Amino acid sequence: MATTTSPAHGASPLSGSRHFVNRADHGDEIARVITFIFAASVVLITLLLVLSLWQGSALARHKFGFSFFVTQVWDPNAGIFGALPFIYGTLVTAVVSLLIAVPLGIGAAIFLAELAPARVSDTLEFFIDLLAAVPSVIYGVLGIFLIVPLMRSYIEPALKKTLGFIPLFQGPAYGIGFLTAGIVLAVMIIPYIISVSREVLLSVPRDQREAALSLGATRWESTWKVVVPFARTGIMGSIFLALARALGETMAVTMVIGNTPQISASLFASGYSIAAAIANEFNEASSPLHSQALIELGLVLFLLTFILNGIARLLIIATSQRGSGTANA
Amino acid sequence: MKRFAGIALVVFGLAAALWADSTLSINGAGASFPNPIYTKWIADFQKKNTSIQINYQSIGSGGGIKQVTEGTVDFGASDGPMNDDQLKAFQDKHGFGILHFPTVLGAVVPSYNIPGVNAELNFTPDALAGIYLGKITKWNDPAIAGANSGVKLPADDIVVVHRSDGSGTSYIWTDYLAKVSGDWKTKVNKGASVNWPVGLGGKGNEGVAGVVKNTPDSIGYVELIYAIQNKMPYGKVRNSAGTFIKADLESVTAAAAGAAKGMPEDFRVSITDAPGKTAYPISSFTWLLIPQKFSDAAKRDALKGFVKWMLADGQNEVEALSYAKLPKEVIAMELKALNNVQ
Repeated sequence: MATTTSPAHGASPLSGSRHFVNRADHGDEIARVITFIFAASVVLITLLLVLSLWQGSALARHKFGFSFFVTQVWDPNAGIFGALPFIYGTLVTAVVSLLIAVPLGIGAAIFLAELAPARVSDTLEFFIDLLAAVPSVIYGVLGIFLIVPLMRSYIEPALKKTLGFIPLFQGPAYGIGFLTAGIVLAVMIIPYIISVSREVLLSVPRDQREAALSLGATRWESTWKVVVPFARTGIMGSIFLALARALGETMAVTMVIGNTPQISASLFASGYSIAAAIANEFNEASSPLHSQALIELGLVLFLLTFILNGIARLLIIATSQRGSGTANA
Repeated sequence: MKRFAGIALVVFGLAAALWADSTLSINGAGASFPNPIYTKWIADFQKKNTSIQINYQSIGSGGGIKQVTEGTVDFGASDGPMNDDQLKAFQDKHGFGILHFPTVLGAVVPSYNIPGVNAELNFTPDALAGIYLGKITKWNDPAIAGANSGVKLPADDIVVVHRSDGSGTSYIWTDYLAKVSGDWKTKVNKGASVNWPVGLGGKGNEGVAGVVKNTPDSIGYVELIYAIQNKMPYGKVRNSAGTFIKADLESVTAAAAGAAKGMPEDFRVSITDAPGKTAYPISSFTWLLIPQKFSDAAKRDALKGFVKWMLADGQNEVEALSYAKLPKEVIAMELKALNNVQ
């Protein structure tokens, strides 16, 4: 990059520009400025995003104020808009998906990184990356035609029979609702958890394992007590990446959640998520209040992601101080 | 979405302009329900008028009204007429009005999936409203069974399915229910998206059809064309004259003919629950929205030419795509109204 032969810049009458050119000749300065602009643009884009959501929802914000967060009614004809059922649906589906995806994903990552032969691990990694790249509408179609009938005919009746005393598993089972949406989401986010966690586990230094083994630990003990804690921060990172995807997923969720803005204790009931509501109603929102309420929903989703990310950071800080491993794997 | 649609239109417009600088380019956007016939019309019209380039983007009725009001497109299209507020917004922004031109007719039909029932069911208006209000919850409810003597209906819970996305189909369906049920009018009313009292939401006709097909004891509503093309079973609905009518091209046109006598000058009319013995009650026009004044005379004449062609030769093409034709009386009125576009 940097050129050592300096052309006739010294002839310039402007010493300031000569100074700049001289420094620029080193290349470092140019690289610094350019990369700084790139880094700053990330912040700028985020701020602009919030700003435009904020401005775009002015009418709805003024009309509803804080009650937007606690109202359960969404009635475009009456002009009453409340975000609570959508927030609830978004959180419930995300939690269900994480409950399924985290154990499965991390378990698979441990197997691939620590136990499986390298060839198996690399081949499977190829398929996992492939899964991560499948468009979400495909998962939605899979959900409607495979998972929904399966849930309705087998899984939900079985859950009702065995765990029906818990309110979570009561009520009519249509195969469409929070639980199905959570499962479809889980299928979608597992590849992220596996892929990132595997990389993190693989990057744990060899001496950590060897030290554990030399102290008489079994293979599993060294994996579970040394390698996994060492990689904990990175694994957490993979989970929060997956959570972010689950919160914002639109297409696959709207196809299987039932799109009913309601709060129900039962996981079999149909619900609605923020992203799905925006995608469904924005095109045909004819009154300004309706479209602004949808933009405010977008703002709420942003806020939700922001808060959850904050919690995630705190969790990582807390665990890395307590844990045995260093913060970065 | 709206912004994206706007950008897409601009890009398409530019591309069209660059591609043939001598052609006149007209941009429109709106309803997706008539998109197949509009696409065919435009292609056929352009074959005869090679100097005119018409671009139509099916971004939804609400989007069409927004775009034409903002002036980003030359004409809009909608499955529901613009309401008074929207007309006023257009008038305030531009200083002149916007006109509605019916193009074809569509209908919405109740489709169901009841294991063991293969008969074609009859639905009274009260039954449909009751089911969608959540008051009728069993298939063997007297309100349904009374109109279907001889059919053995199960005592199972009805699974109600509606559209989750804002759509003209929902508008027509809720417009009908609001006319036949006072309860519906006060509690829910009509609209492209409403606060549904009960039911599961499916995205698009295919979403509703998918849920109905997969869920025993369910009922949903889809566009007639979608039901015909996908061979879905659908029921008859009792019209205002008291006959149970199955939706088909003739019964939909009959509904329009029934309404033609009382057709207002601005064509903003709902023909759900229309009079006439053979009229199918859940029918509707779909409209082009054309501003009253154009600054570009060539563009105005080209668009008027297209509408004229559409009302004459164009009407012969609609039935092949399962749309119902406009009645002759309505066509005559529209040709007269076209003179108001200046």
